[in-house]
Amino acid sequence: MTTKGKDAQSPPPPDPQAQSESTAALLRELVAHLRQNRTQLREEWARRITRAQLLTAMTEEEIFAEATSVYDNYVEALETGTFEALQAYARNLSERIIPRGVETHEVVGIVLLLRDVLARSLFAKYHEDFTKLNRILDAYEPAANRIANTVAVGFVQERERIIRQQQEAIRELSTPVLQVRERLLILPIIGVIDPQRARQLTEQLLRAIRTNRAKVVVIDITGVAAMDSNVANHLVQTVEASRLLGATVIVTGLSPEIAQTLVTIGVDLSEMATVGDLQGGIEEAERLLGYKVLALEEVAPKA
Amino acid sequence: MEVPILKQGHYLIASIQSALTDADLSQLREALIERVGRFRARGVIVDVTALDVMDSFAVRTLRDIAHMARLRGAETVIVGIQPEVAFAMVQLGLTLKGVSTALDLEEGLLFLDHQAQLRIERGSGRIERG
Repeated sequence: MTTKGKDAQSPPPPDPQAQSESTAALLRELVAHLRQNRTQLREEWARRITRAQLLTAMTEEEIFAEATSVYDNYVEALETGTFEALQAYARNLSERIIPRGVETHEVVGIVLLLRDVLARSLFAKYHEDFTKLNRILDAYEPAANRIANTVAVGFVQERERIIRQQQEAIRELSTPVLQVRERLLILPIIGVIDPQRARQLTEQLLRAIRTNRAKVVVIDITGVAAMDSNVANHLVQTVEASRLLGATVIVTGLSPEIAQTLVTIGVDLSEMATVGDLQGGIEEAERLLGYKVLALEEVAPKA
Repeated sequence: MEVPILKQGHYLIASIQSALTDADLSQLREALIERVGRFRARGVIVDVTALDVMDSFAVRTLRDIAHMARLRGAETVIVGIQPEVAFAMVQLGLTLKGVSTALDLEEGLLFLDHQAQLRIERGSGRIERG
């Protein structure tokens, strides 16, 4: 493709209608050529995919099978000039290969490879007639670029759809508010706390405090991987709001890393009661509520 | 609208029934503080269950009531803050620092009883709870 310089381009024909007609004719010729050399070009493409070490998650047979259908779809898109079928195929393909760990660069890579393979074959075919080659490329390149674009965008969209779906799933993994004893609630938080989730969490907790008439709440954040000042502030707000409803909050399970981060960024947690682990938190809560847990042996002699 | 203030044993109970103007709030403050002395009250309960909005003036007045009553020898507890109101207050940074809160009137009474108990025990030289 480096042979095609700006000055080598043919001057624009006066009639755009005539040009589009000739483009259509050229594309037809191109498609006929690609149909004719289907086997050979397909094999060449599959070879180059393997050589470039793309799609390593798939076996050679699978690559060849996919290459065949991509090739046919590609030629069809060139022929018809419509991209719906290709789009649908790209989506379908993405659905199948994303779970197998195929990366974006691989998908873009293979489509560009196909583009190169086909362009090379066009060079080989028309190398004697430079003007014709240029016109063929003029017809081929926009279509090929559009195809590459369609496939890449389809893949990325599918990925984003999956990501959105997973985020939704995580959000919907409701954070349960559990009653351990009368007037004692536990709120285990797992995963990432973003503003939206923090809000939902606080509302849920406040409602639970009222319905269960809770006096003490233990919030366990063992499952929270990271904490920044935002998350810490959400936590402080939750604690404050609970206090306004008359409930004491004990926060447990701050990992050493989180403790260090909080001290480093200087979040003021002095208003918050913290206990090392969930067990300690529950024991402290029981103490606040006036419970005392005894082993049966300790009680038995009296009974 | 004037807020009715009931006397119940050693406690005064002010039950807010509807949204209050700033003047009503100030009036409530004056009335409560005056009555703490008149009835020798040991505790004050302000019930805000009926309020679905709490602005900064209301929060400040409640805090003032608590602090003033403490100076006059009575413990104050605010009861019945709705979950939504609590959430909004925290978002606005109105957190009633230093003021006791309880879920509802019943809890508030228990809280005051408990405080009184502590005081008596402290007075008799025992600090531990029974």
